[in-house]
Amino acid sequence: MRRLLLVLPLVALVAMALLAGCGKPQFSDTEKKVIASLALNTMPPLKPDTTNRFAEVPAAAALGSTLFFDQGMSRDGNVSCSTCHKIDRQFQDDLPQAVGIGRTNRRTMPLAGVARDPWFFWDGRRDSLWAQALTPLENPLEHGGNRAAFAHYIKKRFGERYERIFGPLPDLSTVPANASPLGTDAEKAAWAAMPVSQAEDVNRVFANIGKAIGAFERSIEPPQTRFDRFAIDLASGAEPQGDDALSPEEMLGLKLFIGKANCVTCHNGPRFTDNSFHNTGVPPVKDLPPDRGRIDAVVQVEADPFNCLGKFRDGDDNACRELRFMVKGGPDLVRAYKTPSLRGAAARAPYMHAGQFSSLEEVVEHYSKAPASVEGVSEVHPVELSDRERAALVAFLKTLSE
Amino acid sequence: MASLWRYLLAGLGLAALLAGVLAIVYLTAPQTTPGPDRSRSKTTANGLFVASFQPERGGVRQGELQSWLLTLKTVKGDPVEGAAIAVSGGMPQHNHGLPTSPQATDYLGEGRYRIDGLKFTMSGWWQLRFAISAAAGSDTVVFNIVL
Ligand code: HEC
Ligand code: HEC
Repeated sequence: MRRLLLVLPLVALVAMALLAGCGKPQFSDTEKKVIASLALNTMPPLKPDTTNRFAEVPAAAALGSTLFFDQGMSRDGNVSCSTCHKIDRQFQDDLPQAVGIGRTNRRTMPLAGVARDPWFFWDGRRDSLWAQALTPLENPLEHGGNRAAFAHYIKKRFGERYERIFGPLPDLSTVPANASPLGTDAEKAAWAAMPVSQAEDVNRVFANIGKAIGAFERSIEPPQTRFDRFAIDLASGAEPQGDDALSPEEMLGLKLFIGKANCVTCHNGPRFTDNSFHNTGVPPVKDLPPDRGRIDAVVQVEADPFNCLGKFRDGDDNACRELRFMVKGGPDLVRAYKTPSLRGAAARAPYMHAGQFSSLEEVVEHYSKAPASVEGVSEVHPVELSDRERAALVAFLKTLSE
Repeated sequence: MASLWRYLLAGLGLAALLAGVLAIVYLTAPQTTPGPDRSRSKTTANGLFVASFQPERGGVRQGELQSWLLTLKTVKGDPVEGAAIAVSGGMPQHNHGLPTSPQATDYLGEGRYRIDGLKFTMSGWWQLRFAISAAAGSDTVVFNIVL
């Protein structure tokens, strides 16, 4: 009996050691804090957009939604925003490079949570959702339209709806059918021949189209995932139930993501992005024109007449601090791209700004090798990862899509 | 024979217990890496000014544009007025500069300057370097911020 009393604690200790060591990975308090900071429930409520006074107007969002899906908003009548931003595909198109009227040079970005970004596009060349929406409309490879034609179209198709939200439309009777400062030579000439006040009237209608679409896009938010349910349980000390419990492999992947593999330095916060720009050494795509990322975008956003400091902004210029304090140059910006959110990423290959990688395995391989950048300096450092560790990272990323 | 077993087992049990206690101590001990000097107030490199640097409101927040106050005094304790201030910095361990370009935007009196447009996009060790020039001369100071 006495012998048994001595053996029992020993057995218990061995069992505890086994559970702790060889079973599922355990998280330290520091790791638990980081994991909690990634959970969707820590995402603050969406801030008002004071630069768009229609951002919270339901009728504006409804018109924006109509326009988002309307193929009439294009030169050939075949392209809408939703041609590339497909509602049932996380608002992207699964292609390495988007195709509108022609093939573009970049991959379509998914839109969940996009209203929380300070900068738009892979290189951040626009500074508000409403200014962003105007860009594809006039891009010859996307919608291929021009702002004079859009103003006429809005008057003809949605005149009443428009006026109920934005007030009376300007007199467009003498506005040319096609005109824009960015269009074909004929469109540019027509634009240049317009009186300044008429050009401004058209720009105002154009900006309002963007504001309606922007109001709609504010409603696109990322859904809760298995990872989030696990993280909430971990933070509260509850035992994750059934499907919500991560497997030992997924937990190892999470541990690597926030530890040895250093992913969380850039993919941080509840959207898994720091909203900033980094050169990560992703190679360019052969046959596409040179792409220098953020370094070329800063000039474009400063020159954009629809930027926060321009005259189409509503509210005061307090909202323009991102633009005002923007980094305007330096080697860090060369081939730097926006850190994408990783929510839902596992379900929408290919990856990177021009669809350079076709699977998460290739992405992890890239981070492990950390090749030098063709131009500028990659911020990523090589990290030794075993086959088991690579598979674990991929398994973890999948929990953000389930 | 029986008593030998008993001692052996007791020994093993104690050893396991010790190992367990050591493991717990090791795992829960705070990480005591020395890290950079984090003081928020210091004398500038050439001893011309005493500078202190504090968030204008609340603490350091990750991922938000923030304004901080840089207070400049002479060594004697008089406020430094009319200083021209240039801000630079970055993350020494990540080889990158600041994600924004903060500027001295306002003079608030008593040697206090508002440094607006700061943003800490990731946790870790950040450095902010100020080049200050005022009537007394030019000097620099570096603050380390760890989050
Ligand atoms: C031809 C396909 C295509 C069409 C049509 C299109 N987009 Fe895009 N969208 C893209 C591509 C490609 C990018 C990234 C482009 C870049 O970085 O240069 C993008 C980027 C965006 C972004 C930036 C997301 C972010 O995270 O920064 C938003 C918002 C967006 N599009 C909204 C729209 C809206 C609104 C419309 C319609 C007015 C539209 N898009 C039409 C392909 C398209
Ligand atoms: C230095 C910042 C940084 C670090 C560290 C980092 N990433 Fe990224 N990540 C980025 C940027 C920037 C992109 C977009 C690059 C591009 O398109 O050229 C990206 C893209 C991705 C994508 C593609 C998403 C998409 O929609 O195309 C995945 C997946 C990804 N990262 C996972 C990881 C993993 C896993 C790690 C850790 C092994 C990691 N990242 C570490 C900044 C970083």
